[in-house]
Amino acid sequence: MTGPCSFMTQAIATAATTATTRENPALPAWEKTNVVGAAVPRVDAHERVSGTAVYTRDLALPGMLHCAIVRSPHAHARVKRIDASRALAMPGVHAVITCDSPEASIPWYFGAKGALSRLLDPECRYEGDEVAALVAETPLQAADAARAVVVEYEILPFVVDYERALRPDAPKVHPFGNQLGEPRVTERGDLASGFAAADVTVEREFHTSCELHTPMETHCSVAQWDGGSLQVWDSTQGVYAIRRGLAQALQLPLASVRVSSRFMGGGFGSKLELGKYTVLAAILARTTGRPVKAALSREETMLCAGNRPANTISIKAGARKDGKLTAFDAKLLGGVGAFPAAATSGYLVLDLYTCANVRVEETAALMNAGQARAFRAPGFPQAAWALEQVIDELAERLGLDPVAMRLKNVPTLSQMRAGQPYTSTGLADCLKNGSAGFGWAAARKRARGRGHVRRGIGVAAGMWGYGGDPTATAIVKLYADGSANVNSGAADIGTGTRTILAQVVAEELGVPIAKIQVEMADTATTQFAPSSGGSQTVLVNMPAARSAAVAVKNELLSLAAAELGKDVKDLSLRDGAIEIAGDAKSVPLAQLKSLAQRQQLVGVGKREPHPEGKVALPFAAHFAEVEVNTRTGAVKVVKYLAAQDSGRVMNALTYENQVLGGVTMGIGFGLTERRMLDRNTGKLVTGAWHDYKIPTALDFPAEFTCLPVDPRDAECNSVGAKGLGEPATVPAAAAIANAVRDAIGVRIFDAPITANAIVTALARTRS
Amino acid sequence: MSDQCKKGGCDHSGVSRRGFLTTMGVGAVAAAAAGSALPATAEQQKASAAEPMTIGLSVNGRKHRLAVEPRETLLAVLRERLGFVGTKPGCERGECGACTVLVDGVTRYACLTLALEAEGHEITTIEGLARGEELGDVQKAFVEEDALQCGYCTPGQIMAAEGLLRANPSPTLDDVRLGMSGNLCRCGAYGHIFKAVERVARARREGGAK
Repeated sequence: MTGPCSFMTQAIATAATTATTRENPALPAWEKTNVVGAAVPRVDAHERVSGTAVYTRDLALPGMLHCAIVRSPHAHARVKRIDASRALAMPGVHAVITCDSPEASIPWYFGAKGALSRLLDPECRYEGDEVAALVAETPLQAADAARAVVVEYEILPFVVDYERALRPDAPKVHPFGNQLGEPRVTERGDLASGFAAADVTVEREFHTSCELHTPMETHCSVAQWDGGSLQVWDSTQGVYAIRRGLAQALQLPLASVRVSSRFMGGGFGSKLELGKYTVLAAILARTTGRPVKAALSREETMLCAGNRPANTISIKAGARKDGKLTAFDAKLLGGVGAFPAAATSGYLVLDLYTCANVRVEETAALMNAGQARAFRAPGFPQAAWALEQVIDELAERLGLDPVAMRLKNVPTLSQMRAGQPYTSTGLADCLKNGSAGFGWAAARKRARGRGHVRRGIGVAAGMWGYGGDPTATAIVKLYADGSANVNSGAADIGTGTRTILAQVVAEELGVPIAKIQVEMADTATTQFAPSSGGSQTVLVNMPAARSAAVAVKNELLSLAAAELGKDVKDLSLRDGAIEIAGDAKSVPLAQLKSLAQRQQLVGVGKREPHPEGKVALPFAAHFAEVEVNTRTGAVKVVKYLAAQDSGRVMNALTYENQVLGGVTMGIGFGLTERRMLDRNTGKLVTGAWHDYKIPTALDFPAEFTCLPVDPRDAECNSVGAKGLGEPATVPAAAAIANAVRDAIGVRIFDAPITANAIVTALARTRS
Repeated sequence: MSDQCKKGGCDHSGVSRRGFLTTMGVGAVAAAAAGSALPATAEQQKASAAEPMTIGLSVNGRKHRLAVEPRETLLAVLRERLGFVGTKPGCERGECGACTVLVDGVTRYACLTLALEAEGHEITTIEGLARGEELGDVQKAFVEEDALQCGYCTPGQIMAAEGLLRANPSPTLDDVRLGMSGNLCRCGAYGHIFKAVERVARARREGGAK
């Protein structure tokens, strides 16, 4: 129910499997497209800019009550006594559930040997752990009442530092200790001979800070019962995952749980899994017979809605004089919080560059903090931070240009997937076209600046290691008047999925975008789609939608051929009409009697399996120019170019937007974002955006170029697109770190690169 | 009200917000979107946290009379009482700007404004920028430039852009960056937001629209 999401575990796992059944073969690749790839404005833009889009947070149902949750203020404590009687007597309060209530015993958080906790647990293992919940008529009444719940705690020893957590004398988060299983080792070749063959070796240790997702819409659910059936509106990336979790938690058939999410205000991985607040809302709605809304506060999301775990990564790397890599020996350690989650990913070290001798050892530590969750390319930005700085150090030692050094090691085979070839790899083109577009060679020759403001440039490469879950179905309906409907269970989390679904249908059926209705993210009315995460949304759902549209097209054309007395081969669809070869006059769909007679044509499309024996993954290379004030330590990213091989550009507008967003998030990871827990109290210090600093409009580079590198991949899937959201963020922080090093001559090993870190490092070089 | 509230347990929600508000005259956030405190009327000063008061609010040109608790924010009243849900809660403590509205034509965080303070002032929300289903020019520019992703911060961004352009019809890129810096976008659409603001500024100058 709350384990790491499938793409996270799959992306991190060493071996990969591809579906082998070919019952629905892929459609041939498009040779030319009219609508797909164009800069089509979002089909739901009107709702989003007018304020009429109803997000879960906006939903108000008749008689709806509001939920407030009582959380442990301590990092580790046991509830000795909980008394909600005064809260229950307060104005407007309808019901309370505490860790003493029988409904609170639903198992929650799972380890190797089963459940580690429960919905409301008297043993609190981090600040923010849930101990009670109540509902009242207004949010203020609920908040007042939550403060009136009396909880007596026995305060226990805690540890909030993941490195300290592994010491033998550290307080234990769970009785079995703080190390999550044995370290996971992945290796190939022979390290000793790899290092023996190296002309230079570099060994460095890096730290990355814990990053918080903080989507603009806080986590929120509304639950309503109709007898034995539950309807939940949820701000989620995957309605089907939430339905599965709810059905399991509440012991209901899947058909008795309906989860809908028309608009959701951002997730970045933190809204992939079922939250306790959703189950609490459902339980309290059943108790009171009223709809219940549970919306987390901003601070609550920072305590308990997931995070990108902090990592400690040491890499020893070897290379020959000609720049070829000979060995990587990497150790990755991450702190997952109080319950198991994925802590690190060694994928990049194992796969981004050709290297015969690699050993990666990964360890996860438990500590008294909120559980980690998938966060935009889980583990990858951390690994890129370390790997890409080490590559730069090797290049410097060898006197090689950092771009040239990378180009010497571009792989054509997936080393992580049994040496299978890629359907396409644009990594070399990302590096070449990117450096040309950025003016890399000229910038390398420019002076770094005189006086206290220095300029520097940096490059970093990246990829994303998950190819998507091909379990997706879509339905396309063509109506009698020639308008159409496309139905998919995917969530549009802001990436433009709704618009791209319409574009794919428009492409195949020749129906104008304005005449296409898109239905999404409702388990009762839309078709199964995996959660929108892991950069899989477009590449699994669009082939399904295309296949459904083609099924409609085939039926339509054969009906038309019969009605018009023509050969199917001579008919085609364009601008809502049937065009006949050799005939200037076209027949509008609305005039087709056979269509009117049936009222609608329905096509069902399934996503084809992944290509056999090949691997389809996206790549990127990013180039940054920074300005560093050596007196204040302030870093400004002044120019940026992101070259992306994500296959086909499905929509020029939303594509660029994804890249802007990925880079912005990388700027935060590299320069500003750091969750801080106080070692003395175990409490969150950065529980607000004033303290936890995400990039603002002032942090975005003044000059920005998004450079798509489309290798015209005809094999990856039937639409030719690979994932975009994750690879757009993977190399960003590392490119900035390399640029800072270039500007000031000193390397900063820890993310984020704060002003203080720069000033301190420069002072050290002077003394 | 509960005993706890009478003893002062929740008085702080009103008092501290007011106190915070008066200190908001400095800093980029304040300059961009908060402004200084609105002058309180004698009527408002009589208010105690415990008693609901009847106030008149003028929103998008229409007057509403309703009873509010003195501690209720303009954000909560707009959304929960009047149904203007385009104004979004993001942090409810003056950090993100998702709740940005115009008060007498000036951008303001609705989460840092008490409903009581807004009495006697003209409030404009995102719903007030369109005429029926016809979008306003800033809204249209946000569509054309794809200046949004998830869209949740978008109404606040649009109100901030509207306020910025009313105060400065010919902003430089630096003016736009500073003017929009009180509104966070976690999806990171800033680059497209700048283009949208510049597009409107250009169109208004050239076409004399608005």
